[in-house]
Amino acid sequence: MTTETRWIGARVPKLDAPAKATGQVRYLSDLSLPGMLHGKIRRSDRPHARIVTIDIGQALAVPGVHAVLTARDIDNVAFGHGNDNNAFKNDIVRCIRDEIAAVAAETEEAAERACRAIQVTYEDLPAIFDPREALQPGAPVLYAEHPDNRPFTYSYGHGSIEQGEAESAFVVDNEFELTWVNHCCMGVSAILASFDAEGRLTLHSQTQVPFLYRRDMAAIVGMDPADIRVIQPTIGGAFGSKLDIYPFEPIAVHLARATRRPVRIVFSRQEEFRASPTRQPAIVTLRTGCDRQGRLTFRDAHVLLDNGGHTSWGATIPFVMMQTVSSLYRVPHVRFACDVVYTNNPYSGSFRGYGNLQATFAVEQQVDMLAERCGLDPLEIRRLNAQHSGEETGQGLVFSTCGLKDCLDSVARQSDWAQARSNREAGAKLRRGVGVAGLLHVGGGAKIYRSDGCGSILSIDDFGKATLVTGSSDIGQGSETVLAQIVAEVLGIDIARVRVINDDTDVKPWDVGVHASRTSYVAGNSALMAARQARDKLLGAAARSFQVPLEELSLRDGSVMRGSERLTALDRLVRSLHFSERAELLVTQAYFEPASVKQDSEFRGNVSPTYAFAAQVAEVEVELDTGVVRVVRVSAAHDVGKVLNALGLEGQIEGGIVMGMGYALSEELKIVQGMVLNPSFRDYHIPTAPEVPEIRVEFIETLDPTGPFGAKGVGEAPAICLAAAIANAVYHATGVRFTRLPLTPERVLEGLIAAGLVADLGASPCQA
Amino acid sequence: MPVKLSFTLNGRPVSAEVEPTMALLELLRERFDLTGAKLGCGEGECGACAVLLDEEAVLGCLTPAFAVDGRTVRTVEGLSSSEGLSALQQAFVSEGAIQCGFCTPGMEIAAASLLRQEPRPTPEQIRRGLEGNLCRCTGYVAMIEAVEAVNDD
Ligand code: FES
Ligand code: FES
Repeated sequence: MTTETRWIGARVPKLDAPAKATGQVRYLSDLSLPGMLHGKIRRSDRPHARIVTIDIGQALAVPGVHAVLTARDIDNVAFGHGNDNNAFKNDIVRCIRDEIAAVAAETEEAAERACRAIQVTYEDLPAIFDPREALQPGAPVLYAEHPDNRPFTYSYGHGSIEQGEAESAFVVDNEFELTWVNHCCMGVSAILASFDAEGRLTLHSQTQVPFLYRRDMAAIVGMDPADIRVIQPTIGGAFGSKLDIYPFEPIAVHLARATRRPVRIVFSRQEEFRASPTRQPAIVTLRTGCDRQGRLTFRDAHVLLDNGGHTSWGATIPFVMMQTVSSLYRVPHVRFACDVVYTNNPYSGSFRGYGNLQATFAVEQQVDMLAERCGLDPLEIRRLNAQHSGEETGQGLVFSTCGLKDCLDSVARQSDWAQARSNREAGAKLRRGVGVAGLLHVGGGAKIYRSDGCGSILSIDDFGKATLVTGSSDIGQGSETVLAQIVAEVLGIDIARVRVINDDTDVKPWDVGVHASRTSYVAGNSALMAARQARDKLLGAAARSFQVPLEELSLRDGSVMRGSERLTALDRLVRSLHFSERAELLVTQAYFEPASVKQDSEFRGNVSPTYAFAAQVAEVEVELDTGVVRVVRVSAAHDVGKVLNALGLEGQIEGGIVMGMGYALSEELKIVQGMVLNPSFRDYHIPTAPEVPEIRVEFIETLDPTGPFGAKGVGEAPAICLAAAIANAVYHATGVRFTRLPLTPERVLEGLIAAGLVADLGASPCQA
Repeated sequence: MPVKLSFTLNGRPVSAEVEPTMALLELLRERFDLTGAKLGCGEGECGACAVLLDEEAVLGCLTPAFAVDGRTVRTVEGLSSSEGLSALQQAFVSEGAIQCGFCTPGMEIAAASLLRQEPRPTPEQIRRGLEGNLCRCTGYVAMIEAVEAVNDD
């Protein structure tokens, strides 16, 4: 396939970049409406307690306050994936982020003052903070409906673990522990709710799933979904955090309804750390076996997920975790079980990678352990077990294209693997190491609803400008630009002549939302279909009016071409259709539904039409006397199907790698007795510019037969496997295995001391 | 007691009356509707609020509004001119240094301040110059390249 393309594959700057570069773009926290009030939320300061009294008298007396609401004032409909959340908590709070009351006032300060003036008395209930303890008989119960504190369980298997064990020459068995991580979107959570004179609701929202949001919000606030319009202003990052509806959103609606004024809620950064969703803490117990040659024989996994006090979509991450356990490399026998357990900790949500960082951290370290046991190089054992294009896995995932082996070869080359592996010593106090990890992730959505589709409407106006109205949403990742490239390519016009509208449910057609790395693939295919129809209409009209055979015509440089002869300009042709007797508008529409399937009750089936693969090599330095781990270089190779926008792709991959590095090295919400102890960027460290390693990226183009121009989705992939690669590199450097994240200097130093690599100067207990 | 102040804002003389506790960021965003500078943390930890005070980057969330009396303030809105984007802004666009864009105004201010002090910064100096500005999307690589691209010109 060497058809020449003008826009596809090019380095195209994001269409909205100039507006962002000049500070013109308005994010939600920059928007206001006439008469707008500011909303603030009073949250629980107890992890588990009965609310005895709420006194709002003093709050109402604060000047500028228009309304103070509690559970008593509203029809408090339950919502959430476990149907266990409410806008305001009725009588029991189950974690410290729980909403008790809210205020709308003329200024943020007044709202804050009033919130503080609300008097709440509690009766503490026995609380539980460790998911292991939550499963013990006699543990405090959070919800009477779930006396075992276990709202969800998952189990999956293929083959037979007994047979797998029998075929194994080596077996490794470990427990891995992953902690809470905050999304740290630079734009905090916010919403702006306003009603019009006829009672219709407009929500300026950060949601990633505007249509599902409309439906769910309607049920929560007691409205007809048709009366809700969702506008999605430019967003300051999402990374999955806006997949659910969270209580602050219906609270804003209730406040707007009660005050008949627009109400905006904007979190403080502290609130964002305390009360926005996190990545799931997980305890992963994994056994993996291989035969004498290094062929994987079985994987047996149990995952304990700390659900916190309420259930979000985050509770469904076992879907993704089990894919990595079952299908990253060829594994004939697999068992996966997961318990999702209530605790009185803050609850988690969905986060880029959706469980896959946790699963890959475990799976990819054990691959290295097995390599060592059977005397293989880490890259060799992976090559040996990697799948080929066309393979179907035990779980029924069909890898129409699989570039995993090419990715491994690429990172070997880029990192000069053999050389790097043999060079560990870097001085008495410094060790060098290099480690690799691979990954598998959905690359075109995940069919968890009846449809995983996306609609598009494309029109070309009298001046030759194309407007694509897409159902999909842009959360900063650049989908708008990619979709415009697709339209410009097919219609043979300059990208400056394409406008993409993607932010208003009153205008755009249905789409599931931006998640599961689906936008480039699903919305891309949808835009491609609409653009091809428009092209066919244009060429058909030209063939008729110039009396030339259709096959000889093409669109290029804003014109209809017959070979190299320019027949007419596009805008003229559109006008001639428009004003002719046919009186035809150039508008097309398409709905693309991927050929994936909903998995059966045993979690079998091809849930995504295509899959993303990658390998990343991390080169690290470990300071022996401080425990500091520095990532010096990362070499990444990603199977992207086909590069649509090289500039955007590099940005996604670099950003994901640095996010993965933060997960590996420093990020951890410190939660003790249900309280968040480090709710600031001072105490919660995300990577900064000086820490960024040298990053090398290579794209592997496997040209997926069903992707737009062959592309797959890669939004999540880059963040997934780096933590495993870094842990493998630290092992290579020091011979110490770390099974808990993050690899903070304290934790690493403890491990080094325990292994006898460093003298114990203090008396701290040693634990890797 | 409100304080009266006069200063130059993006090239034009302006005046305002502020409470002594008001932060510069609030003054710019609420009174002058210049929403380019962002509130990312309010605690001096993220750099999203950066603006130029006498051409040097300061944190708008920590600088008291009254401190700008008689001085010159430039925000991201004042980096571009009627001719269009500044070379730095253009570099941010073409190097792909902007994703969600929330950190962009602060980053550009930090970079502008750095380039004024050090017109030909080394990659190491650029990294250190951007250290106080957090970005969650890009991994900083493209930003560092953008600042390098400006000094290549
Ligand atoms: S808002 Fe000023 S440093 Fe974060
Ligand atoms: S581009 Fe999103 S935070 Fe920097």
